[in-house]
Amino acid sequence: MKKLLTGNEAVAQGAYEAGVTYAAAYPGTPSTEILETIAEYKQDIIAEWAPNEKVAMESAIGASIAGARALAAMKMVGVNVAADPLFSFAYAGVNGGMVLVTADDPSLHSSQNEQDNRQYAKFAKIAMIEPSDSQESKDMIKAAMEISEKFNTPILFRMTTRVCHSKSLVEIGERKEDSKKPYVRNLSQYDLVPAVSKRLRAELEKRLCKLSAFADETDLNYFEWNDAKIGIISSGVAYQYAKEVFGDKVSYLKLGFTYPLPAKKIKEFASRVEKLYVIEELEPYLEDQIKQMGITCIGKEKIPNMYELNPDIIAKALLDEENPLIQYDRSLVANRPPVLCAGCPHRGFFYELSKKKNVVMAGDIGCYALGGADPLNAKDLCICMGSAPSIGHGAQKIFNKFDENLRVVATIGDSTFFHTGINSIMNIAYNHSKTITVILDNRITGMTGHQDHPGTGFTLQGMPAKALPIEDVVRALGINYVRTVNPLKLAEIREALDWALALDEPSVIITRWPCVLKKQSPQDKEEFGDYWATCEIDTEECIGCKMCINTGCPALRFNREHEKAAIDPVQCVGCEVCLQVCPVNAIAKVGE
Amino acid sequence: MSDVKNILLVGVGGQGTILVSKILSNGLVNAGYDVKMSEIHGMAQRGGSVSTQVRYGKKVYSPIIGKGQADILVSFETMEALRWLEYLEPNGKVVVNNYQIPSAPILMGKQDYPEGVLELIKAKADTTVIRAAEIAEKLGNAKAMNVVLLGALVKAMKISYIDWEEVIKSSVKASAVGVNLLAFKAGMNVE
Ligand code: SF4
Ligand code: SF4
Ligand code: SF4
Repeated sequence: MKKLLTGNEAVAQGAYEAGVTYAAAYPGTPSTEILETIAEYKQDIIAEWAPNEKVAMESAIGASIAGARALAAMKMVGVNVAADPLFSFAYAGVNGGMVLVTADDPSLHSSQNEQDNRQYAKFAKIAMIEPSDSQESKDMIKAAMEISEKFNTPILFRMTTRVCHSKSLVEIGERKEDSKKPYVRNLSQYDLVPAVSKRLRAELEKRLCKLSAFADETDLNYFEWNDAKIGIISSGVAYQYAKEVFGDKVSYLKLGFTYPLPAKKIKEFASRVEKLYVIEELEPYLEDQIKQMGITCIGKEKIPNMYELNPDIIAKALLDEENPLIQYDRSLVANRPPVLCAGCPHRGFFYELSKKKNVVMAGDIGCYALGGADPLNAKDLCICMGSAPSIGHGAQKIFNKFDENLRVVATIGDSTFFHTGINSIMNIAYNHSKTITVILDNRITGMTGHQDHPGTGFTLQGMPAKALPIEDVVRALGINYVRTVNPLKLAEIREALDWALALDEPSVIITRWPCVLKKQSPQDKEEFGDYWATCEIDTEECIGCKMCINTGCPALRFNREHEKAAIDPVQCVGCEVCLQVCPVNAIAKVGE
Repeated sequence: MSDVKNILLVGVGGQGTILVSKILSNGLVNAGYDVKMSEIHGMAQRGGSVSTQVRYGKKVYSPIIGKGQADILVSFETMEALRWLEYLEPNGKVVVNNYQIPSAPILMGKQDYPEGVLELIKAKADTTVIRAAEIAEKLGNAKAMNVVLLGALVKAMKISYIDWEEVIKSSVKASAVGVNLLAFKAGMNVE
């Protein structure tokens, strides 16, 4: 049977068929759906959200050592968080097969940088596999498990946005049962004290030699012989783009196993074609190594090392071909940036914060990053996940030392708090900065599409769990001043911000209200009630002051002709934030 | 590859473009085509501009197309058609919803919603304009607007030999099948 699957769904199907019994991840676009899909195999696979990627990786390592086939999945920046255990586990090697999926994001569709994680395989000295579509994503996960066990190596499984999120046809197969290996206590493999690691360091080089030989044998790397005037070496989705442009007119060396590289096959291919192109997305990863073999090839001098590749770029770069386009005035088109949803619980908080003077706002990764845009404009910086309180801390220390009258407000989400924010807040308390941290607790991981975490009361596979009270955790970290407010009540936020700004000590404000898109649990309904309704504007009363528009809710409209505001009843959820800012009480809740 | 057809579906996050792409892809798979579909997730879900590409033919390699290559552009929102028009093959066809959603900069008064978009597009390409929102509202559910557009798209694709009703039945919630079948038919019957 064939099914239309995304690359992510195909990885999940492959994990199932390969007999994987443990999988963990922290959600991150474009990798999120891998674990969401694996979670559906409740009978056969334990699937978990970890609070961060390092924990996901370490849990999968534990499962592998115990003898199970294991998988960890993350977006590319997550591998930076998981890099510490990755590099050491490379020395130890696996018991049950172990695959780390990295989902890279060329063109930064939803990321802070564009790192090419193929470098990690070379850097950590582990085998790497790169699928180019959904069928390969499934097949190669199975191959990866075999290779991992055969060569005792963790595998870096490198996907990119277009492989993760594009759908193509996949042949569905059966699950391999009984993949569990016995656990054997082995200090000389798993206890990485210096004496052990020193010996394993040499083993690692021997393993790489064996893997190099294997790279030349495996049919994951194969020739497609056609006309030999032009030869193309490619991997991942770039191979599909190359096929789109050149079809069967040229010869290919398609690489699926990309670390270590198949030196013999590459040399043979190069010697049999007249002109050699290396077509790859982002960095000259293949090209550099091919050139190091002493082979002449054309790559990054023609094909950019920035942003996503596509067939057009290849056609233009290598064939000098361009499509005719419809000509029109593109400046007519207004921008359409993403915005906080109508009724988003973060909006009220940012609205109040943006009115405060002498405040530097350190932001973090999540929906609340959208609070940085007009009209809320409530963000000064944002670097990486979980960093707001620690970056805020460093800045606050300097402002104080140089007597600058600035206070740092660090904002972080609930999922992000559990990810690595805990450590950062601990540091604030320990090192005495009066940084104010605001934990925007929308009861879920919002941006990636609503995943549970240690604060929500449910696991990935729907088991009830203890919902960690953020307030208690923060107090335990050493913060004495903690307050929880309802972010839909602007007066409460104002008061809490004034309270925190007046303190000469660090404080934490928790804004607690569920994301409007969250599927409400019975506990949520009990705590937050059923507040869904709509608000309406009385056009007689409205004086057209636009105060409500400045809250940035996408349900609000302004009729310039009549100078009156209006509310789109389809989008409005009746959060009452706009109602609280109207100076003439023209807004009221209806249908209650 | 000339036997591959390219459909580009664009709109605003939350309008249901992905569901339509899914129904479309499933129908094409049932008809025996090789199909690839590509979408961008993430931030774009929060009211931003979104697009999905569906490519079908005997053998499809790339999941994405470049500018000037879409055979049909379906736009769920009026201005979005203009944003993506450069992706249309100069002889391609546009199906555009006469339905405006002002974006944040427009609401803030920083940019204007462009005037005369439909006229401009009509002057540049073979265009069908549909009031899908009104049609869906009359059928009792404004949200079914997306399936009205699917009907119009299928008509433009001239692939009526596929049993679309079956595909729709298996792709939407049981409670929504009725209105979606009506919406699809209404879309097929426009002009
Ligand atoms: S998804 Fe939730 S948290 Fe994110 S912008 Fe929308 S309402 Fe806010
Ligand atoms: S009550 Fe006002 S702010 Fe809240 S969702 Fe409705 S229009 Fe938006
Ligand atoms: S805040 Fe009140 S008076 Fe001002 S535009 Fe909005 S509804 Fe009208």
